[in-house]
Amino acid sequence: MKHHELIIIGGGPSGLCAAKMAAEAGVKVLIVDRSPQLGGQLTKQTHKFFGSKAQYAKTRGFDIAKILIDQVIHHPNVTILQEATVVGLYPDKVVTVYQHDTYTRYQADKVIVATGASEKFLAFENNDLPGIYGAGAVQTLMNLYGVLPGQDIIMVGSGNIGLIVSYQLLQAGVHVKGIVEAAPTIGGYKVHASKIRRLGVPIFTSTTVQRAVGSTHLEAVELVKLDAKWQPLPGTEQIIPIDALCISVGLSPMHQLLSMVNAKTKYINELGGFVPIIDDHHQTTQEGIFACGDAVGIEEASSAMMEGYLTGLYVAEHLGKSHPESHALKEKYEHELDMLRNGPFGIKTKIGLEKLRKDDIHA
Amino acid sequence: MLNKTGIPTKDQVLSRFPDRKALIKPKAILECYEDIPCNPCSTSCPFDAIEIGENINVQPKLHTDLCTGCAVCVPSCPGLAIVIAQIKGDRAVFKIPYEFLPMPEKGQVWDGVNRSGEVICDALIEHVAITSKTDHTAVVTASVPVEFIYDFVTVRVKQ
Repeated sequence: MKHHELIIIGGGPSGLCAAKMAAEAGVKVLIVDRSPQLGGQLTKQTHKFFGSKAQYAKTRGFDIAKILIDQVIHHPNVTILQEATVVGLYPDKVVTVYQHDTYTRYQADKVIVATGASEKFLAFENNDLPGIYGAGAVQTLMNLYGVLPGQDIIMVGSGNIGLIVSYQLLQAGVHVKGIVEAAPTIGGYKVHASKIRRLGVPIFTSTTVQRAVGSTHLEAVELVKLDAKWQPLPGTEQIIPIDALCISVGLSPMHQLLSMVNAKTKYINELGGFVPIIDDHHQTTQEGIFACGDAVGIEEASSAMMEGYLTGLYVAEHLGKSHPESHALKEKYEHELDMLRNGPFGIKTKIGLEKLRKDDIHA
Repeated sequence: MLNKTGIPTKDQVLSRFPDRKALIKPKAILECYEDIPCNPCSTSCPFDAIEIGENINVQPKLHTDLCTGCAVCVPSCPGLAIVIAQIKGDRAVFKIPYEFLPMPEKGQVWDGVNRSGEVICDALIEHVAITSKTDHTAVVTASVPVEFIYDFVTVRVKQ
């Protein structure tokens, strides 16, 4: 069995940042990522990022990915496995990896689970028709492979992803017929909403998808208005012909590997679903197994990076190695993370984390 | 209104414009109406004319007297929420961010569009700047009749 001091599962923003800090502290790191390229969701993000300098604000997502990859790829302490899926994680920190038809077992001293999130989906009649996509799939097709998902599309969900992907679709020449939002108000940043609106795309709040229409593929969608109790209002149905529907109704943390080692998880709505209970060092209830990024609660990539840096520093300390600038860096990234969560959009995360901590004490 | 449609109210828009005297010189119009964690407008300004401060979850404040209308902030705003406006006689001259193909070219007449996405006037393209510093966001200089100064927000190629 191959041995590494630290195995990081997931090479997205959080995992890459954790790897940088741990490697700089002298830890031998193995990053395992299932994709053909590192960077996670950042590789599909063509828009400029929010935040401040520490989160590479005003840099486009795929360029941030390049920066984060460059920080680790040539580091002598870092080994990278790509197109490698972790299929098992065990309490004794054995990680099993399936890569290119080969199954390999690795022994780690510490593990960081930075698996990110998966998309939520909506239940409605005919939701399995070809032409109905998740927003992640649309971004992969369009921004990684240059394939349009359709000609006429409706976006379901007005969170930042829904708004941003709508803008990207318009840039690619797709006719976005509207954005549908079940809540009474737009979910994402209003600057994104305004950007879409001035391009002539209407946003329908208090509206949802009733059913998809089509036999072999999507031909139309039936929308319906919702009342204050989120119940469909009869007589408000409207059929809109489209050949693609994009679902962007939120993300769920990928906690499955953590459940495999019986790390305690808790359902916290504000954080996106089941999340592991973690201590101040991002260690789960399973000794030596840590978690960071969207896997411990849905936020922006900017927060995932800051959490990654911090978790890398904490884990190095648990391994008896300290980053030469450990103290200053921890202070910096803790401050940055706090700052990112300090506004109205961060409140949800703060409430969620409080619920998580409270549970930790009584667990 | 803004949080249901994405369209700011007239009052919100007017609150971001300096008085017309100041607009004899070009000034930044910061259309950020929400406390989001973001500050590149402030850090990119070479004249310290845009203030956000230590807590980045606040809306930017323009120091009109310090703003030269240089437009460095226009492609720096990740929300594409900044334009530069100036009054030149009977024309309102704007510098706006633009990220679509085809790119406008100097001398062309495009549609002038308002915040609801409706065509409101003709817009004369006066200049198109796209450099490595703007990172694929073009800064388009376009002029419209001055009466549209509070309504115009972007350009669209004529169909």
